[in-house]
Amino acid sequence: MSTTVPAKAQKTGEKKQNPEFVQLLDPQGIRLADDLYDPWVSDVTGDQLASLYEDLIIVRRIDTEATALQRQGELGLWPPLLGQEAAQVGSARTLRPDDFVFSSYRENAVAYCRGVKLPDLVRVWRGTAASGWDPFSVGMATPAVIIGAQTLHATGYAVGCKMDGADSVAVAYFGDGATSEGDVSEAMIFAASFKAPVIFFCQNNQWAISEPVGLQAQRPIADRAPGFGIPSIRVDGNDVLAVMAATRSALDRARNGGGPTFIEAVTYRRGPHTTSDDPSRYVDPVVAKEWEARDPIMRVEAFLRSEGVLTDELAASIQDRADQVAAEFRAGCLGLKNPEPLSVFDNVYATEHTGIARQKSQYKAYLEGFDK
Amino acid sequence: MTELTLAKALGSGLRRALTDDDKVVLLGEDIGKLGGVFRVTDGLQRDFGPDRVIDTPLAEAGIIGMAVGLAFRGYRPVCEIQFDGFIYPGFDQIVAQVAKLHYRTAGNVRMPLTIRVPYGGGIGAVEHHSESPEAYFAHTAGLRVVTCSTPQDAHSMLREAIASDDPVLFFEPKRRYWTKGDVDEDAVGLPMGKARVVVEGTDVTLVTYGPLVATALDAAVAAADDGISIEVIDLRSLSPVDFDTVAASVQKTGRLVITHEASESGGLGAEIAATLTDRCFYYLESAPVRITGFDVPYPAASWRIISCQILTAFLMGLIVRLVV
Ligand SMILES: Cc1ncc(C[n+]2csc(CCOP(=O)(O)OP(=O)(O)O)c2C)c(N)n1
Ligand SMILES: [Mg+2]
Repeated sequence: MSTTVPAKAQKTGEKKQNPEFVQLLDPQGIRLADDLYDPWVSDVTGDQLASLYEDLIIVRRIDTEATALQRQGELGLWPPLLGQEAAQVGSARTLRPDDFVFSSYRENAVAYCRGVKLPDLVRVWRGTAASGWDPFSVGMATPAVIIGAQTLHATGYAVGCKMDGADSVAVAYFGDGATSEGDVSEAMIFAASFKAPVIFFCQNNQWAISEPVGLQAQRPIADRAPGFGIPSIRVDGNDVLAVMAATRSALDRARNGGGPTFIEAVTYRRGPHTTSDDPSRYVDPVVAKEWEARDPIMRVEAFLRSEGVLTDELAASIQDRADQVAAEFRAGCLGLKNPEPLSVFDNVYATEHTGIARQKSQYKAYLEGFDK
Repeated sequence: MTELTLAKALGSGLRRALTDDDKVVLLGEDIGKLGGVFRVTDGLQRDFGPDRVIDTPLAEAGIIGMAVGLAFRGYRPVCEIQFDGFIYPGFDQIVAQVAKLHYRTAGNVRMPLTIRVPYGGGIGAVEHHSESPEAYFAHTAGLRVVTCSTPQDAHSMLREAIASDDPVLFFEPKRRYWTKGDVDEDAVGLPMGKARVVVEGTDVTLVTYGPLVATALDAAVAAADDGISIEVIDLRSLSPVDFDTVAASVQKTGRLVITHEASESGGLGAEIAATLTDRCFYYLESAPVRITGFDVPYPAASWRIISCQILTAFLMGLIVRLVV
């Protein structure tokens, strides 16, 4: 279908705008009008939305497969993104190849959208490498595990873009918990002071392991940024269209010299923190159930069906494609090779280091002792 | 006497400390309902309330810095750092404030903090979850640094650390959290500043601490089969080091091997080798030897498997070479 996704308030008398956050597709798949953000997605066609829908299905399928691989002992650990697909796909699909992403460990859908190869997603989790990919090949740094650290890196990268006269943008992805780390406040101060073309993209998934967001912030997280002089947007993180609109508006500001934007994507971590976690100790199942009803995929599906874009045939072919990706992903994971013992000394330094060279030769002699 | 895992023994130590002194408060990430990622604080928030077992916002500088303020106010904070590699955002508060406040204030302000840190590798974790940063802290004047290797020590030393008027970095060998042993809560044990001779021997003194004590004991058993008698010393305290106990042993055996998982350069092994060479020069039959982690970031899990399997053999091989 070539027509664009229409903006309309469905029923008369219904509230046009969701007061809580920017929302363009409600959980039932009803398209809400929004004067401020509709223009940012007025060019999105039904086919393009269907393609985003396919992304959502695929990244969920990859995520499910990774959890299964961990349960089968093929991965040491996995941080599921179940429930956060729209926040990640909607933002990442909006970026240009020359933009640069600095993320944390949960942004595997972002990595997928940036073009990270499937087995590269799990090198670290399978324990076969210190990181998954070459950041410069996909415009995305490998994930920061130290909470919040990457927000400063994104700020510095953005300042560099600005100094180079480029209109590329850096995007920092981080969680609600991360906003408590000093690094994140420092990043916002630096970004504001230097008008850095950076987007602070916070996925508020309501949890930092077992700690609810209420422990990190007494007000909506988006309210914090204006105090640093950074405009902010609170968006329904389970609405792929709204996330896209918000990200586009922030990119536009950054590319045109307007400096940083803070986006709080309100979503929910529906799985455990990682496969090692036991959420039954702290999650209220009633609340968790409520969030299932706000699923990011169901609403797109409902909307696309109501518009006649998604047919049973198309849905089935997308599902097939997702299964095929999952099979490739699994095969790629199982095919990852263990590193050579002596490669443990590689890349500690960029230039020759005599101490490392000595230890490497000692270890080599030691290993060779077994062959004799 | 009850049989407990090392993790549970730490938990029972915290429970006793909270019971015995109402100025003791616990701070950390996920230590409440979750009971900490290793469940060391399991049930403590339920029993002592959220004002004494405090889930903090996600910020290590915040945890340590707030503990400093609580100490000013007469509290005895016990901070949990979730994993070794996450201590660095709090490093500045520890090194520049916690360590120096007593000195800076001419002894007027005490910093009776205990900072618990699960450390070391061997659990197949991703980056930042397997580090051995103890030397940074042992290098810092004003901090006491201790580590345990058995459930009994875990319990008693933790209580002693909490009762200490000095700040104590308490390193917990995470890969031994599930090791079981008898714990007597009322035992008057060896003070935490003292090293322990775990196994007596006559040919070589093998000094270690924390996670590698069990490895050293394995090596001693294997060496005995070869007719070599190893004396294993568990240092327990890394600042100060109980050099008297080590020196007495070296004077008997004439040979010294130090092993730790932390990397070699600037590590505890260097400190012990230097001091023991100085104190036991005429007793030593060979130069002290260090067997340590390489000077590389702790590698990904599949490298580790290689290195762990060989460690006992590696130790053995070296010791045999020394003696024969
Ligand atoms: C400096 C630091 N402290 C603690 C941790 C342990 N840790 C890992 S993830 C996490 C919670 C992060 O929560 P949030 O920022 O909301 O991201 P989410 O996991 O929800 O995606 C914690 C405490 C860490 N990785 N780094
Ligand atoms: Mg979170």
